[in-house]
Amino acid sequence: MDSPAVEVTDLVQRYGRTTAVDGATFSLPRGQVLALLGPNGAGKTTTVEICEGYRRPDAGTVRVLGLDPVADHDDLTPRIGVMLQSGGVYPGARAAEALSLVASFAARPLDTAMLTERLGLGGVARTPYRRLSGGEKQRLSLAMALVGRPELVFLDEPTAGMDPQARRATWDLVSELRADGVSVLLTTHFLDEAEHLADHVVILDSGRVVAAGSPAELTAAGADEQLRFTATPGLPLGELLHALPEGLVASEPRQGEYLIGGRMTPEVLAGVTAWCATHGALVGDLRIGRRTLEDVFLDLTGRELRP
Amino acid sequence: MTRTVTSTRTFVPAPGRAPLGRMLAAQTAMEVRLTLRRGESLLLTLVIPVLLLVGVSQTSVVRLPGGDRVAFLAPGVLALAVMSTAFTGQAISTGFERSYGVLKRLGASALSRRDLLVAKTLAVLAVIVLQVAVIAVVALLLGWRPAVGGLPAALGLLLLGAASFSGLALLMAGTLRAEATLAGANLVYLLMLAVGGVMFALPPGIGRTLEFLPVNALVDGLRSVLEHGGTGPARVWVVLAVWAVGSIAAAARWFRWE
Repeated sequence: MDSPAVEVTDLVQRYGRTTAVDGATFSLPRGQVLALLGPNGAGKTTTVEICEGYRRPDAGTVRVLGLDPVADHDDLTPRIGVMLQSGGVYPGARAAEALSLVASFAARPLDTAMLTERLGLGGVARTPYRRLSGGEKQRLSLAMALVGRPELVFLDEPTAGMDPQARRATWDLVSELRADGVSVLLTTHFLDEAEHLADHVVILDSGRVVAAGSPAELTAAGADEQLRFTATPGLPLGELLHALPEGLVASEPRQGEYLIGGRMTPEVLAGVTAWCATHGALVGDLRIGRRTLEDVFLDLTGRELRP
Repeated sequence: MTRTVTSTRTFVPAPGRAPLGRMLAAQTAMEVRLTLRRGESLLLTLVIPVLLLVGVSQTSVVRLPGGDRVAFLAPGVLALAVMSTAFTGQAISTGFERSYGVLKRLGASALSRRDLLVAKTLAVLAVIVLQVAVIAVVALLLGWRPAVGGLPAALGLLLLGAASFSGLALLMAGTLRAEATLAGANLVYLLMLAVGGVMFALPPGIGRTLEFLPVNALVDGLRSVLEHGGTGPARVWVVLAVWAVGSIAAAARWFRWE
């Protein structure tokens, strides 16, 4: 039980001339949630599919529950649950049938009726897979990953195509899995999803790990807190800094929008509002905030849209 | 991250693989259900063979050798039925399962790939048993009186034929795109219907050049053992065995799961 749920070391995978994964290293401790976060084409799915044993990496090692996902494939499959990014179900099979089939492969499966209700699939239990909506297909696929009571689940973009309610329900489910001791490796390009669910976030870009850590570590690292406010344009900022504690910076990035950077204390806030009052400037939209995971992500992976 | 989650201990891990028999039974039953649920596959596996048997035996549209039309047709229709299930139906469904990621998803399940192929074979055999039963009953009602002594050999030939067709189906489905498999498998079915000697006797010259094809060998063998008893010509056994071993080996070598 001491080996991590997933341990990826210096993983490299090439497809012809393109390098899909370029030296990725990360580890998922048992019973925790790790999110692989990155833009399309970052190598998330390739990484997960190597962990699932679908392909042998060109270089590096992958251990899943202490086993080799390719060589020990048959020992591993009963212990993991897999949700592919899309498809994977007979188009003509009814939702309940598809779930029962996977349940029959497990020694002690979950009650399929309970799981069907839990994932809001009760109303479509007899509907063929091909006629389910995108979100219903995702939920069925999630149910199929969980029904065998696995130790570790791989969820490749679990909430893609879900409406906001289903997405929230899926988040609750992942949190419950974690509380029950299931290890979860998921991929997502939703920042709020990673921030909300994961103990560990690994940000991939062009196959490389560009940042890794807990959401709190990632958002705190290298990023001072900021105070933003609006007021009359052209206030004398040098004079403002004299009125505030040492070690702060001030700027006016757009006319009438001010930014104070540095360590935020109640004195800073009181100082800013008092100084503005002496200049007859009415302060609006005042906000003290930390960098969000979105800021971190965009700083690291660039702000241009990718093809 | 401060979340309070009320756990009902529902998902506490308890992994394990089900007994092999239960897995095979579930997978086989699923494959059979899906086959019987598809209208076009039912048309191919049951409706067309029965219509051919009844239509051609009860009319004189097609000229047949010998006086007993049912005795000539029943073995041909049985061979056609086996081909429709083991080759055409299996190639098309497996091709689409591959393109829809079903095979990929099952590859990550506790059912091993070998067991999946065992289940597919069992499902094909189950459908063939159903086809043979229906065709035999219809033929008997039409006055068919097969040689009882040839029944064991007929069974052997049907199994060997099913193995050859399955190997070819998996070879096609595992290497071509699903759409190409769909077109190719239907084309081969029609070609074999025409040149397999199913509904009419081939001119001797053509018959001899095509006797190395699995359908022709199966039809010739079944006609021989069901009309005259015995084990039939050695040639048909050799032809079918070579196709079975060759196609299964090729499928094992080149089948791609994704």
